[in-house]
Amino acid sequence: MRFLSALLLLLLALPVAAKEEVVLGLSQNEVSITTNFDGSEILIFGAVKREDAIPEGPELEVIVTVAGPSKSVMVRRKEKRFGIWINTDGVEVDRAPSFYAVTTSGPLSEILSNVEDQRHRISIPNAIRSVGAPQHIVNAASFTDALIRIRLNSDLYQLNEGEVTIEEQTLFRTSVALPSALTEGGYLTRIFLTRGGEVVAEYETIIDVRKAGMERWLFTLSRENAFLYGLMSLAIAIAAGWGASAIFSLLRR
Amino acid sequence: MQVYLPIAEVSVNAFLLLGLGGLVGILSGMFGVGGGFLMTPLLFFIGIPPAVAVATEANQIVASSFSGVLAHFKRKTVDLRMGTVLLIGGLVGAALGVMVFNYLKAQGQVDLLVKLCYVVFLGVIGALMFIESLNAIRKIKKGKLPARKKHNWIHGLPFKMRFRVSGLYISVIPPLIVGVLVGILAAIMGVGGGFIMVPAMIYLLGMPTKVVVGTSLFQIIFVTGFTTMLHATTNFTVDIVLAVLLLVGGVIGAQIGTRIGVLMRAEQLRILLAMIVLLVCGKLALELLLQPAELYSIGAASGH
Repeated sequence: MRFLSALLLLLLALPVAAKEEVVLGLSQNEVSITTNFDGSEILIFGAVKREDAIPEGPELEVIVTVAGPSKSVMVRRKEKRFGIWINTDGVEVDRAPSFYAVTTSGPLSEILSNVEDQRHRISIPNAIRSVGAPQHIVNAASFTDALIRIRLNSDLYQLNEGEVTIEEQTLFRTSVALPSALTEGGYLTRIFLTRGGEVVAEYETIIDVRKAGMERWLFTLSRENAFLYGLMSLAIAIAAGWGASAIFSLLRR
Repeated sequence: MQVYLPIAEVSVNAFLLLGLGGLVGILSGMFGVGGGFLMTPLLFFIGIPPAVAVATEANQIVASSFSGVLAHFKRKTVDLRMGTVLLIGGLVGAALGVMVFNYLKAQGQVDLLVKLCYVVFLGVIGALMFIESLNAIRKIKKGKLPARKKHNWIHGLPFKMRFRVSGLYISVIPPLIVGVLVGILAAIMGVGGGFIMVPAMIYLLGMPTKVVVGTSLFQIIFVTGFTTMLHATTNFTVDIVLAVLLLVGGVIGAQIGTRIGVLMRAEQLRILLAMIVLLVCGKLALELLLQPAELYSIGAASGH
């Protein structure tokens, strides 16, 4: 009985899901951080695959989100106490992506309904999760607002409305600029197709951001062989100090 | 030219770092201070995470101090005996300081304490040095020689030792205490401690200024080397790429600074250092007193 009802549900759901699908291409699905890394631009392009003709009704819109690895962060607020500005209250935001870019084909509020936004956690405030502030903090929302404001200012969070170009409701492309201050990890890239504020299809892939070459080697050494790494740092320091002294005494002669 | 720092995980301009290293290196060579009290706030300012800045700065100070001390060894202006006594005190103090630091970290507000430490110590030391040097310059202009070897209570203490290079015959207790106190402060403030050590040697121990610089550099090498290893093995916050860029500028600067220092009179040297110390103090004090543009700050969450 249960099997039958599950089958029935599947059959009902299938036509809706298969209506429009995303076929995606990326200019690169891997970002290597090398010594001269100075940010990177990723080209995201794709097509909408469908069995039938283009559906009637509202136009197709595309939303692309790229999210860096999430970490919990502490947001602190300064207050004037005893004549000086000191950190008083703090709220822990337990899931905030280190990088988050939302790129859309139109104004986000018009192409995505609130319900769908909350379900898929698309807009920047919805991508951040704060479990709850301590009892004594009155205006806890101001802390998450501050987090978004600070990261928007440093381009770690981006909202690029109207940056996705769509042709014939079928082909779309955009680019996302990754800043130079990147953390390592898998960058979850999601594509949403919407019609009249409803998400009609979604697609997910991962862009791998990794340190490479010397960066990789030094980072691994500093974690796995910390004592050796420390000694190496000291040896370089001593050698550089001695070298400069030797060169300068040669120059004086 | 942008360079990505593997541990700090930020991209910075290489020439900016070389320049900063050079500038601080010149000061380091001139005054016998590690320069950490200048460099660490500068690194915060260009966006290096504070933990990485403090740890890497320790490593850079090793290089610039080593470069400086070699120049002083050649001129025989290092009191090895005094340096060793101060160092013993310094290592004990650094260990105590790390304990105090960790205790305060558990209580929160460690940033504030570090800043207050900077403001209070830089302010007091800067002001004292400034006034003293000004008086010394006035006395010289009047044609009087500054009276240096005064007998005070310090000369009544036991365990006397002869420090030939400094021309002193005093008890080892005051230098040991100075070493411990400077070690504690150095660990809390994340600096070599030269800017406290130099005036302490001049005014408390009565050492001649020319010997003070070399001796201070000598003991700073060991204290900061110890700190570097501690940070590298426990916090993994030493960024070797950042350190190399800073120290290439730093060691060259230190060599130039040492030579400038020789050309200048002791009083002029002291009054300049006093002015720089007061400037940094004033900047940090303003940060505490004026309302910051952004009241909120983002920090790493305490894992639980």
